Order: sequence, then structure tokens, then C-alpha cells
Amino acid sequence: MAERSVLLKVDNVTLKFGGVVALDSVSFDLYQGEILGLIGPNGAGKTTCFNAMTGVYRPTSGQVVFDGQTVSGKKPYEINHSGIARTFQNIRLFPEMTALENVLVGTDSRHKVSAPGALFGLPRRWGHEEDLPEVRAKGGPDRSWQEFKRSAAKFFGVSRHMQEERAAERKALELMHFCGIERAANEQARNLPYGSQRRLEIARALATEPKLLCLDEPAAGFNPAEKVELMDLIKKIRDTGVTVLLIEHDMRLVMGVTDRIVVLEFGRKIADGAPAEVRDNPKVIAAYLGVPDAA
Amino acid sequence: MTANENTVTKKKKRSFADRWNGLPGWSRFFWIMGGVIFLFYLPELGNIPGTNLEIPGLGFLRTDVGVGGSDWDSILFRCAVFVLIALGLNVVVGLAGLLDLGYVGFFAIGAYSVALFGSQQSPVVKLLRANFDLAPDWALAWSWCILLAIVLTMFSGVLLGWPTLRLRGDYLAIVTLGFGEIIRIIARNSTITGGPDGITAIPGPEGAPNAQNKYFSILDQKWWYWLALVAVLVVILAVRRLENSRVGRSWLAIREDEDAAAVMGVHGFKFKLWAFAIGAAIGGLSGLLFASQQAFIDPSQFNVNLSILFVAMVVVGGAGNMAGAALGAILLTYLPERLRSLGALEFLPERFQDPAEFRYLLFGLAMVVVMILRPQGLLPSKRRARELKDRAQEVPVNG
Repeated sequence: MAERSVLLKVDNVTLKFGGVVALDSVSFDLYQGEILGLIGPNGAGKTTCFNAMTGVYRPTSGQVVFDGQTVSGKKPYEINHSGIARTFQNIRLFPEMTALENVLVGTDSRHKVSAPGALFGLPRRWGHEEDLPEVRAKGGPDRSWQEFKRSAAKFFGVSRHMQEERAAERKALELMHFCGIERAANEQARNLPYGSQRRLEIARALATEPKLLCLDEPAAGFNPAEKVELMDLIKKIRDTGVTVLLIEHDMRLVMGVTDRIVVLEFGRKIADGAPAEVRDNPKVIAAYLGVPDAA
Repeated sequence: MTANENTVTKKKKRSFADRWNGLPGWSRFFWIMGGVIFLFYLPELGNIPGTNLEIPGLGFLRTDVGVGGSDWDSILFRCAVFVLIALGLNVVVGLAGLLDLGYVGFFAIGAYSVALFGSQQSPVVKLLRANFDLAPDWALAWSWCILLAIVLTMFSGVLLGWPTLRLRGDYLAIVTLGFGEIIRIIARNSTITGGPDGITAIPGPEGAPNAQNKYFSILDQKWWYWLALVAVLVVILAVRRLENSRVGRSWLAIREDEDAAAVMGVHGFKFKLWAFAIGAAIGGLSGLLFASQQAFIDPSQFNVNLSILFVAMVVVGGAGNMAGAALGAILLTYLPERLRSLGALEFLPERFQDPAEFRYLLFGLAMVVVMILRPQGLLPSKRRARELKDRAQEVPVNG
């Protein structure tokens, strides 16, 4: 355990909104390849902590160090490019876009082509089989048309834009399959059932190729069977090498899936350790159940 | 059982867009080519070219059939120019979701860039001649004016966007509204722009307007329409490419949820600036065509009403959908003119008989009706479904 490297270091982060102290010098480390649970009663500052990490809020003091560089104070998109992705507690998909396009927006964060590249189709490259459009039709004019397009692509080359598009579509479909929602690819995001929307958010976050995935109550509103499936998905994500930070209320899920747990209460960290330790920690029990009156 | 029912209802609901997307690529290609040929045929609408024969019924659609109708070719040209504007504004309002109420500013900058640098009469050209040892009849060639108009409007788009794109929603709308007025007032009050008198002798593709012009003359507007149509087709191709690229997706993501987009790695400011610059360039291009065809512009042609009209076109037609925006532009340009020559409103008091006279009332009415009955516009935007069915199953199972 000891040789595992620190991926994310939350160092004395304080966040104040006027007089309200939402986070009070919170510090914890997140190791490469683990699943860390972040729990606490409602209003403890869990989501605020996410927001401070992903650049939505700028910490009043303290800093967040990710992968060796300070990310606190950077813009949200810069933090995403450096490798932190997240989902939202209240689902925030792009409702009018199709599910696939939602994931494609995620893949776009690793792409280079901007307006001129897409407009003029430059730069181009020749002679790579995997860049060429597929010929899928069995026969007839469809096949001739697709063959025509393929030979045109062979002759004129394929633009970086199209390479990226095709690779992105492949990757997005793979990720949707990974999250179990590939059937919904062409549906509008807002028409998806609730559970699929949650999974789509995870797929979209994974598409940005994160080193750290932050899940904000991914199981909210799930039934027990769906929670078990989600636990499996989170473990699968960890097994692909992505570190996971998980906010969750459901204790069974948290205990079942996390390697370590950090407990917040009123913006302060009150416990940090293995699930079993945390569960028996009197401070944690007090925070969740209240302290019996001494008198 | 339920699955069967689902497929049945889905079949019933198959819309035109679904059917269109279901067509094979080659078939779509031929339909589009047919449509383009029809658009080029439009000036002759009702006649069979090369003969004296008529196609019965079609001629009824022309605006010059009745008494007091407008010249059909110039209405076509105006439709094409407004379609161009609607396409440009659609990028800003429809795709990126930035309400721009000062779009007429870019239209004016495009018009003034060809007027100020291309016209023999313009103060700028005279100034340049005096200071830079140029020929006494020097003026910038029309083809260079196109480039200049696009560059200038893009630049002004960036200039407007840089400080203001930090604003959102209504605040942005108010600032852009101000921008449109600023451009008009500068044009009116400064001497270098010809002031309220405007600028005459604005050149076209064949140079300064004169009686010897073979194609782009004042009497025959056909070639002007064809020129504008080519511009429209080029812009449609360009915007389509952008729409289905990283840029287009970023615009939609920003429109839908800017904060979530930022967290997903979308550099919002950059892509909003691109939307402004590209929208502005298209607006500038249409302004240039407008000024060249008119051969004369003055600041009063670029008032705030026009901005509102542009937004109305996009919103009535369907924001976010190019076909919708184009339809809105065509309807709001063509219908008043067609009704004018119809003579169908003779039962009304005389002052209401010409719909072109009270078009803004009609537009307002149309807006209200559309907003109540079809809030998404006449042709709502619908994201294109991709052909993935067979491929989704090929994807290997990940462990």
C-alpha cells in the first residue's frame, strides 16, 4: 500500500461563501488506482469539495494538487484536460443532443481540430486503411455509392477532422457498451430513462480519458438491483486503471465498493480510513445518528 | 407484445426527417442535386426554358403575376440574401444559443466594406488615392472586397465577442442590441462613411454599375439571384461541416448547459468566439451582396428593426435547424410580396391592402402564433440519428 503514489492531494482547502464556511481546512490524499468514498450527512460539503476540485469554485485558501500540478484556481476545462472528470448530483446532460453526441462531447476534450480544420478538412493524410469509410452495404447502388466514397477518400486522403470523428464514434460506442447503454445511442438524452441518464453521465465523463473520475451520488434514486449493477460498473472502471472518488449516501454501496473512506461533517474532515474502521468510529456514528444527551 | 406495439407506433410516427435519413446516400445525393437544379431554375418559374411553353399553375407562385407585383428576380435575390443572414444568425442564436439582437451591425459592416473600399465615390477610396499615389480611378476590386468584408466582419465579431461573451442570456442580448445601433450611428455621423447621404456606385462582380454591364445589371436581376444562391449553397456546406464536428457539438453543449460543458473540457469562450466570428462573417457576406446589388447604401437601411426581423426569421423557422432558419427567411420575405400582388386584401381599408406596408405587424403576429402553436419553430431542430445499428453489435465485450 505504501508504495502507491498520491494522485490527488487536497491540501487544507477552505471555502467560504460570505460568512458560511462550507469547507474548513479539509485535507486528504487519493492514491493511484483506489476507490475512495467521500461520505457525510447532508450539507457536510461533499459536493462543494467536488466543485472546488473541478474548478467550479475557487478555494478561499489551500490548494488541490493533481498529478504533481496545482489545479486549484484553474478553469474547469483546463482541469478536465489535466485529467479529472466528474458527474453531477442532479443529472446535467445535454438534453437536446443524442446520447452518442453527449459522449462525443466528452471525447472532444482530447481532440485538436477546431473550426478551420473542420471547415477546410486540413491537414489530410493518405494510405491508412483504418481511416477510410467502411463499405457496409451487401450490394446494389448502396454498395457502389459506399465504394465510390471509399475510393474518393483513398484518392483525396482523409482529414484529421474525419479521423478524429471516426475514432471518437468508435470510442464513444465502446464506452456506451461498457456502461450498458449502447442501445440508447441515437435517443435524445432527455428521453432516456433515469438510470440510463446516470450511466450516460458516467460514459460522458469517461470519454474525456480521465485519470480520476469523481462520481457525485451516482446511485441516487436507484433500486437495490440497480445499485448492485452500479457497484460492478464502478469496480470495472477502477480495473481499467481509473481512480474513482465516490460521493454516496447508501452505506451498503459505499462499504461494498470503496477501499478507503473520508467522512466530512459541517465542512470538516472527521474520519479517514478503511471502511471497517470508519464504520466503528464513534465520531462518525455521532455525526450520522446524533449524540445521546449526556444529562 | 409490448415490443410489437412499440414498433407499430414508431412506424406510424416516421417523420419526413426520419425517412430522409433512412434513404441511402446516393439517393439523397440525387434528390439534393435535383433540388439545387430547381433552385437555379426558379427565375424562370412557370416557363420551360428555351420554349414559349408554360407549366400551368407554377406561374401563380411568382410575385409579378398580379397588378403592382414586384420583380420576381429581385424578390428571389432578396430571399437568398435573407436566407444567408438567417443561416449566419442561426449559428449564433440557434446552435450556440447566444441571443444576438445586433446582427444588423455585421450586415452593415459587410455592406460598408464593399461600399467604402470598392466604390469610386467613397471617401475612403478618395483618401487612399490622395495619400498613396494611386491611379485616379483606383478602387479595390470586387473580389478583394469579398475577402475584406469577411475579414472585417470576423474581426468585428471577435471585437464584440471578446468583452461581451462573458455575459449570459439577456445581458448579452442587450449589449449586442447596442452594438447594432453603434454601427449605424457611426455610419451616420462620421464623414468617412459618407454620413447620412450614404455611398453610391457600389461595384458588383462586373465592376462599378453602368449600362454596359452584361449580366449583373440593374434591369435583369437573375444573375444576382444566382450569385446569392451560390453563396447560400457554399455557406450551407460550410455550416453543415461545422455542425457535425467538434465545433458544432461544443456549440450545442454550451447552449444546453454551459457549466457542465466546461467541466467536460469544452473551452466555452473559444467556441463562443468562433460562433460569433463565423456568424459575423456570413452576415458580412450577405451585407456585401446586398450592397452590391443595390449599388447604393445609407445608414437608415440598417436600423434595429432589421435585427429584430432577422431574429424573427430564425425563431419562426426553427432555431438550430438550417432548413428551419432558411424557411423562416423565405416566408418572411416572400409572403408579404406575394400577398401584395395577389390583390386578395381588397376588402380591407386601403391602407391595409398592401401587406408589405404593415409587414412588421404581420411578423409580430406570426411570432405570437408560432410561439403558441409551435414554440420550437416551424421546423424544429432534431439531432441526426446515426447509422450505427449493425455496428453497435460488433463492439467487443469489454471485461
